[in-house]
Amino acid sequence: MILTSTIRRILTQLRHDPRTIALIIVVPTLLITLIYFMYDEQPRIFDRIALTMLGVFPFIVMFLITSIAMLRERTTGTLERLFTTPVGKLDLLFGYGVAFGLAAAAQATVAAAFAYWVLDMTTAGSVGLVILIAVANAVLGVALGLLCSAFARTEFQAVQFMPLVVAPQLLLCGLFVPRAAMAGWLQAISDVLPMSYSVEALTEVGAHAEPTGIMWRDLTVVVGAIVVALILGAATLRRRTA
Amino acid sequence: MDTAIEVSGLVVKRGKRLVLDGFSCVIPRGSVTGLLGPSGSGKTTLMRAIVGVQIVESGTVTVLGHPAGSAPLRSKIGYLTQAPSVYADLTVRENARYFASLYRLKAAVADEAIEAVGLTGAAGQLVANLSGGQRSRASLACAIVGRPEVLVLDEPTVGQDPVLRDELWDHFRRLAADGATVLVSSHVMDEANRCDRLLLIREGALIADDTPAAVKTSAGTDDLDQAFLRLIKRQAVAA
Repeated sequence: MILTSTIRRILTQLRHDPRTIALIIVVPTLLITLIYFMYDEQPRIFDRIALTMLGVFPFIVMFLITSIAMLRERTTGTLERLFTTPVGKLDLLFGYGVAFGLAAAAQATVAAAFAYWVLDMTTAGSVGLVILIAVANAVLGVALGLLCSAFARTEFQAVQFMPLVVAPQLLLCGLFVPRAAMAGWLQAISDVLPMSYSVEALTEVGAHAEPTGIMWRDLTVVVGAIVVALILGAATLRRRTA
Repeated sequence: MDTAIEVSGLVVKRGKRLVLDGFSCVIPRGSVTGLLGPSGSGKTTLMRAIVGVQIVESGTVTVLGHPAGSAPLRSKIGYLTQAPSVYADLTVRENARYFASLYRLKAAVADEAIEAVGLTGAAGQLVANLSGGQRSRASLACAIVGRPEVLVLDEPTVGQDPVLRDELWDHFRRLAADGATVLVSSHVMDEANRCDRLLLIREGALIADDTPAAVKTSAGTDDLDQAFLRLIKRQAVAA
């Protein structure tokens, strides 16, 4: 009950901000279109990059939106007030997770539909799995955003966490250099970054008609990373502060 | 005298500063108590300790027989922070309904709270588009919406015009008459006359804890501003 009204509250805040909604929905589609024209003559490369991007965009966008939204809760005093009410920490964490997860599902669905049907992207596996992995990635972004907001005092700082959290994962996920071709220590870093697994899962969907064991294992790793980030995020939510 | 809030030997540090050093007071149930003192005197810190969001060094704060901030109190306490803490990207009504839902109360209750703070006409407006005074009233609506037994209000009348201030005080008096315990901080002395009891606080220490009339009598003046000044001087001489 408190959880559902918290989800509704967060979605209502989003609804009052049509420009943000438009950016969430349109930007990934525009960027994928850009990639389409960049690799005009090389549809295989486009398929690979666009598929990866379908997983990466929701992660980046939801990380940013969540860390700013949560920072606002902390700086405007609403979080302090909420903690004098019957709200539980899990109501807040899952409230943000579910609300922004839904927004990410809409984003991924539009971007995937556009990539498949307008830009002729092809994957051996189903579009449903692509969206599922994209949403898992978005929820991972939400969970990490909740966590990182605890370490930022201003919105300037919060935005700076984006390159810190996103760029290494993007560089080492296997998109630019295959993971197997990386130096051992880079591979070791790549092995502990959750996005490596979601990108590998997407690659599996791209290459195989049926969901593979590797894909399910990778998805499980991503879900595990979400749980760990949420637990750490819960630890940063303190009813009492100095 | 039935006690609603009991603070005993409270020590709070914020940063390196000792804000409250062994502060004690008792606040009776069903009263309006004014917490008065200059800014930086520890009013907000004391209020934060009472609602259970302040880390304290030592001492105890008991509210309605429970330790401050404990789970059973969370549906019985209303807290208005000094800066309006409502969602700027929601309407007044959406804010009030969200806070009502946290106490498992219906939307109609939220509308009553909006009415009580005189914002019915602006209920459909985004908080971001309201004036400063309206914003703090929107925040107040969210503090009273849960029909709390203990209401802690940090400067609720700042920025309000005299008519509204009068109405808000009438409302606080009504809540107390219905059995609620209201603790209001202010540095406007003319509001202090409308309280049942006053706590005068300066540099984290309690200077006076009495009815407005008794405070004035003991200071030998009819003016609360003067009374406050005299009590401070008297204390400085004693120390």
